Amino acid sequence: MAYALQQLINGITLGMIYGLIAVGYTMVYGIIGMINFAHGDVFMIGAFLSLIALSGLASLGITAVPLALAITLVFAAALAALYGWTIERVAYRPLRGSFRLAPLISAIGMSITLQNFAQVSQGARVKPLAPLLPGGLVLSHGEGFAVQLSWMQIAIALTTVLCLGVFTWLVTRTPLGRAMRACEQDLKMASLLGIDINQTIGLTFVIGAALAAVAGLMFLLYYGAIDFYIGFVAGVKAFTAAVLGGIGSLPGAVLGGLLIGLIETFWSAYFSVQYKDVAAFSILAITLVFLPTGLLGRTDVEKV
Amino acid sequence: MAGQNLPELLEVRDLGLRFGGIVALAGVSFTARRGEITAIIGPNGAGKTTAFNCITGFYRPSAGDLDLTHSDGQRFALARMPGHLIARRAGVARTFQNIRLFAGMTVLENLLVAQHVPLMAATGLGVLAILGLGRYRAAERRAIDKAKAWLERIDLLARADDPAGALPYGAQRRLEIARAMCIDPVLLCLDEPAAGLNPSETAELGALLLRIREENCSVLLIEHDMDVVMRISDHIIVLDRGRKISDGTPAEIRADPHVIAAYLGEDDENADDVAHEALP
Amino acid sequence: MSQRAPLLDAFLSALVALGLFAPMVGLQTTVGVHGIVLVPRPFAVAALVGAVFVLRLLVRLWQARRPPEHAGVGRIGRAFAGLGPYLVPALLAAALLMPWFANRATIDLGVLVLTYVMLGWGLNIVVGLAGLLDLGYVAFYAVGAYSYALIAENTGLGFWSCLPAAGALAALWGITLGFPVLRLRGDYLAIVTLAFGEIIRVVLLNWVSLTGGPNGISGIPRPTLFGLRFTMSDEPGTFAGFFHLAPSPMQRQIFLYYIILVLALLTNWVTLRLRRQPLGRVWEALREDEIACRSLGINITTTKLTAFAVGACFGGFAGAFFATRQGFISPESFTFMESATVLAIVVLGGMGSQLGVVLAALVMIGGPEMFRPLADYRMLIFGLALVVMMVLRPRGLVTERRPSVTLRRNAGAIPAAMIAEGRG
Repeated sequence: MAYALQQLINGITLGMIYGLIAVGYTMVYGIIGMINFAHGDVFMIGAFLSLIALSGLASLGITAVPLALAITLVFAAALAALYGWTIERVAYRPLRGSFRLAPLISAIGMSITLQNFAQVSQGARVKPLAPLLPGGLVLSHGEGFAVQLSWMQIAIALTTVLCLGVFTWLVTRTPLGRAMRACEQDLKMASLLGIDINQTIGLTFVIGAALAAVAGLMFLLYYGAIDFYIGFVAGVKAFTAAVLGGIGSLPGAVLGGLLIGLIETFWSAYFSVQYKDVAAFSILAITLVFLPTGLLGRTDVEKV
Repeated sequence: MAGQNLPELLEVRDLGLRFGGIVALAGVSFTARRGEITAIIGPNGAGKTTAFNCITGFYRPSAGDLDLTHSDGQRFALARMPGHLIARRAGVARTFQNIRLFAGMTVLENLLVAQHVPLMAATGLGVLAILGLGRYRAAERRAIDKAKAWLERIDLLARADDPAGALPYGAQRRLEIARAMCIDPVLLCLDEPAAGLNPSETAELGALLLRIREENCSVLLIEHDMDVVMRISDHIIVLDRGRKISDGTPAEIRADPHVIAAYLGEDDENADDVAHEALP
Repeated sequence: MSQRAPLLDAFLSALVALGLFAPMVGLQTTVGVHGIVLVPRPFAVAALVGAVFVLRLLVRLWQARRPPEHAGVGRIGRAFAGLGPYLVPALLAAALLMPWFANRATIDLGVLVLTYVMLGWGLNIVVGLAGLLDLGYVAFYAVGAYSYALIAENTGLGFWSCLPAAGALAALWGITLGFPVLRLRGDYLAIVTLAFGEIIRVVLLNWVSLTGGPNGISGIPRPTLFGLRFTMSDEPGTFAGFFHLAPSPMQRQIFLYYIILVLALLTNWVTLRLRRQPLGRVWEALREDEIACRSLGINITTTKLTAFAVGACFGGFAGAFFATRQGFISPESFTFMESATVLAIVVLGGMGSQLGVVLAALVMIGGPEMFRPLADYRMLIFGLALVVMMVLRPRGLVTERRPSVTLRRNAGAIPAAMIAEGRG
């Protein structure tokens, strides 16, 4: 029981990271209907930016953990947002309204570019980071197994909830959010009603990239090591999460992220680590067979 | 005018369909007889297209039966058949309110795709046809001849090799009808075939539909253009808000107070126009 | 945006570049004794920012000289159209004669390009004709390669006997995967096929007793020519011995080249035949309008499955060839990058165009080889080039569609703007 509880805690932590990335996929998909394949790599860039910021702050002598984390969070989110904006401007905006597969290939090209950019500029080696927040709360000592909720996990959970809270407020309560929801319903109509769709789409990428960078920081803190390849794996998982939750649905993305995190963790704990990806993907496939638009996706009645 | 004693082709009994809480159709029953043109009319949102989609297998009705009887007595329960078999086995063809041609394929290709089922049967699972063997060549020639015959009838032979998407609107409507006819249907369902046509095109359409009726294909028609409906229909069904409110010959419909009320009762600023249009 | 003065625009672009590159390029994280150390590289950042400034300025000045819609791309397209009738025979002749003039490295590259041409033609059936987005095509490539390797290892049969089995098994996998998921639409199908590709790779990696896991399978038998082996000796039963030639590794290389050429041309021939027949025509109809297909009595699921199976079958053939050429396979050769590359070849070629696939494969596989001296920067350039090519030619290199059947002899092609792209 204690073991299961520990896995639940670990799974939720992982799931929150996936959820943060999945929100970016689902937002972009909701508005312009494209799979932003480069999003996982923006997450990776965010992780690198966090590493650079943390290292830089350490060398500047800023070692108070909450302060360093706060500065890193803002720094990584802001610059990753710039990456997100640039990617949309350079690789996707010129293709808006053209052939559906062109942006997809462009996105794959962008993903390759970012991966190799990070490899060339930061080196191919795995970058380790000494734990910033060791220790945690020991919840129980049952059955010779201590259930631990690490400070890191608490920090991840709090930050995720905070970011999603801000994000939800942004989408539901602000003019920008209203514009985004309008674009999601009908891009052409939104533009006819005077919404600057270029700006709205650009901001969607900015927000998605900032959330991905937060996830990148979390990932760096949680696993303590990153390399240029983490973006692909995490990206595919997060995309899987977005689809599982019902692509286009924001709560669905978070739900899907949590589910994928839990499935992976529990599968690794009870069956085999090697096949955790197979488990996640299989559950996705099975879910889609029965719920073709995911868990919270809109079922669209085919207009004949 | 065709008489009441013609054999039944399609019998719709208590057809109902709800989307979530919205009742799109409730207890609609009518009969379309063989060799007739049956029209379904009614104000916007009356459930005409929904009924069509049930009959042609695009929606599954939540209640009721749809029975189609061929002239050899074979019966088909359309409500329980997979969509593509309604066209293939039961012989129900349809067109769409928003034209659905294969726009990137030529006019001729459109008509050949419609003959896919018999053509595919002649290819020996595709293998013989790849090797150029078997009955395929003859089958393809027949298919092209049939397509050419239809193109001649709808006056599009000269444009056979042009992409369907490049045709003018009226020609696209005709082509869609020809394509539906290429599956050799017993019942042709047309969803607003006259929409967007000019008066002379509309007149041609009426003539085409009457000829199709002569050739033993019955027609089920949704149409807003009351001139066409009144001129060519043998039998009219009036729907309003998902229910049938009237059923009869054009003359009976014209005189039915329910129908007049339905058209006049609309809270529409141009209700008068509608009524005028509806009942010339 | 484009109303801004070029100089200001270039300045703003440089500013953005500064933000992008200053931390990522300017501060390199290196692993030191006490953890991460930042190594500053201000000159690299300055060079990059300067390059962005100059490039943006040049692009703006060039755009100012001519309206964007005539920006050169149209001319390239017209040049292609003019070459059209000569291009195919010329390419075919070059492909047939190439081994007699080229050196070994070029032949190797030719084999590689042709493998991708074949994969591209195979995937073109699924994506280009039927309009189904398949992001996991590499799975069928892997199934073909491992099928051949395992059958050959366990039964002692040769390449030619195993080839049909490899294709059939790949097709079977195509059907098995396709059956539950083909009713999914668009991007849902895309992610499931991607997932399927990853599942196959993970299984190959971890089912050590069958596949050798990460170590892969080695010693895969090489193909023979009517029983003649290609070895480095001239004993009887070898190609060199039978024809009384001096043994040379070139002989096997050239033989492999012709095998893949024949396999690729077979793929092309079957596709071209199918396109003119009901099956291929209905694939295209499916891409154009699924609902209309259904209204004409066409079974959509079966039709999609046939496209999936035929595409998978050719992927399987290509995989078997890959295994026999390498003599060694491991899961590393079957990553998502392969699926992405093949898909990019199909889309860049112009969906559904057989000639486009050849041109795109030449550009995408041959091109990076030219950049080989750039080592680490090669894939970076590849990625950027992919973006630039899509932005310049979103519809691909060859955009027209030839009708599958015509009444008149000299009927024209159908322009890209009319052709649907499929939603499945």
